[in-house]
Amino acid sequence: GGRGPVGSAAEDGGQPAAPERVLFPPTFSVSEIKNKQRRHFMFLRWKQQQRKEKLAARKKRRKEREALGDKAPPKAVPKTIENQRVYDETTVDPNDEEVAFDEATDEFAPYFNRQTVPKILITTSDRPRGRTVRFCEQLSTVIPNSHVYYRRGLALKRIIPQCIARDFTDLIVINEDRKIPNGLVLSHLPDGPTAHFRMSSVRLRKEIKRKGKEPTEHVPEVILNNFTTRLGHSVGRMFASLFPHDPQFIGRQVATFHNQRDYIFFRFHRYIFKSEKKVGIQELGPRFTLKLRSLQKGTFDSKFGEYEWIHKRREMDTSRRKFHL
Amino acid sequence: SSQVVWDTLGNRQFCSYKITTKTQNFCRNEYNLTGLCNRSSCPLANSQYATVREEKGRCYLYMKTIERAPFPRRLWERVLLSKNYEKALEEIDENLIYWPRFIRHKCKQRFTKITQYLIRIRKLTLKRQRKLVPLRRKIERREKRREEKALIAAQLDNAIEKELLERLKQDTYGDIYNFPIHAFDKALQQQDAESESESDAEKEEEDDEDTDKREFVEADDSDLSDFEDMDKLETSSEEEQEEEEEVEKKASHSKSKGKTPLKGPARRKRCYIEIEYEEETEPTAKTKAA
Repeated sequence: GGRGPVGSAAEDGGQPAAPERVLFPPTFSVSEIKNKQRRHFMFLRWKQQQRKEKLAARKKRRKEREALGDKAPPKAVPKTIENQRVYDETTVDPNDEEVAFDEATDEFAPYFNRQTVPKILITTSDRPRGRTVRFCEQLSTVIPNSHVYYRRGLALKRIIPQCIARDFTDLIVINEDRKIPNGLVLSHLPDGPTAHFRMSSVRLRKEIKRKGKEPTEHVPEVILNNFTTRLGHSVGRMFASLFPHDPQFIGRQVATFHNQRDYIFFRFHRYIFKSEKKVGIQELGPRFTLKLRSLQKGTFDSKFGEYEWIHKRREMDTSRRKFHL
Repeated sequence: SSQVVWDTLGNRQFCSYKITTKTQNFCRNEYNLTGLCNRSSCPLANSQYATVREEKGRCYLYMKTIERAPFPRRLWERVLLSKNYEKALEEIDENLIYWPRFIRHKCKQRFTKITQYLIRIRKLTLKRQRKLVPLRRKIERREKRREEKALIAAQLDNAIEKELLERLKQDTYGDIYNFPIHAFDKALQQQDAESESESDAEKEEEDDEDTDKREFVEADDSDLSDFEDMDKLETSSEEEQEEEEEVEKKASHSKSKGKTPLKGPARRKRCYIEIEYEEETEPTAKTKAA
């Protein structure tokens, strides 16, 4: 056994000249070679070998499938992260009565029963800079019945009672860092849950490649995709409660919150039905992605609040196939 | 000897406390009264000197006299000043009685400034303090990467289009859109025989995938209902797609009113089968009732 003849330093390229002389012990792996050059070379050779084998296997399989014709076994479904996702036990079953009962009695029940009309207050952290200001304006055109107020150093805890007094149902605070918005706090006002998101890839309207006009005043529809777990459900309901309940289909506008692997993508489109099976969409409006950082039971209170869910990096980011929304 | 000290350190030779800038010289000595490097403000070059310094929120008056010059340990005498502003000023005055006017004046000025900034500190700590959370570069990069991949996996446009078509099918829009379904039906009944076998094979695949995905995709309900409807219309859908593909290729050149070019039906060959996304059924229900 052993690594081969001592003169192996000379044979950089021409190893296969006499391969039968070199016998490796069966438990040998390429990573055990200490010499980097040689290890690299052996690794490349091993890789080529693997590739060849894979190609041969694929060809064989294809031939078999052709030979069998109709009776061939169906093609295997490729594994995606969504396929391999770790099953979350809080996934909501649509027929779950407990969930339905909870939803009938939680903070959003008045909204879903049409008792309250959403009225949104959008504000920022102190001293917002250009991009954030423009983003706030565009966001207020997207969400109907929303108002933008600038915060000149006022404490959130003092704003909240004032907002409740003036009948606002939701509060959005956009946090800014180095002139770009990077955080979003969404708080349902009369005592509702507060969600804190990290916001990324914000595109203002002029940066989106499209040729559409501005969003009109019509109430848009809402699409919420992929909110499967209990937590996702509550977050989804929070988003739904931002928009008035009766969309005006004449406006043909739709706001989408699409959850994919714990990232919530927001898009705002105008659609048109070209035929029964064909729809064209055109993106207006800003776009951004959110990632939930924490969900708190009451209104915004960082010290004494009761947190329903916090993203704990050490525990929750360990598996690539585990998602929480 | 203070004159000697000034002549060597202050003006000519090196003084380690001195900082020179273009317009001015500063003195880094902690006992310096004004912070500038002058003949009258240098604590080394004046044998009689006084300063006001604050420690942990309390102000002290430090004095240096010529009698204690040979005893460096006892050189600076420290007097605690009262918290009351006026009283402290009086204390300064009575401690520095008979001292040169310059030092007295500067001491009082310094004391005033110190009290002002102490007040400011106390006021600021009561207000909200901005908490700086450091960004961890590795984590930021990881998150960004994952977001990009999630975006690609999401196929947002397809998902949105699918959802809109679903809603159209479930009649949430009511009478706004009326598309002729019947024309298609008649045309496609001719092609029934051909597509029968295909549809059977598809159904088998669909069932397999349904059972696999039943774990977490709750849109299986709507999937099933779709397929029930789709029994009649499935063949029609394929035919429609084929027809539309042809129509599309002709009409692709004439872009209508500058809308974004349609994401091709070419991509949507067998799209109906692979329904992976779950949709929140509540809004549709509510909008239906509207």
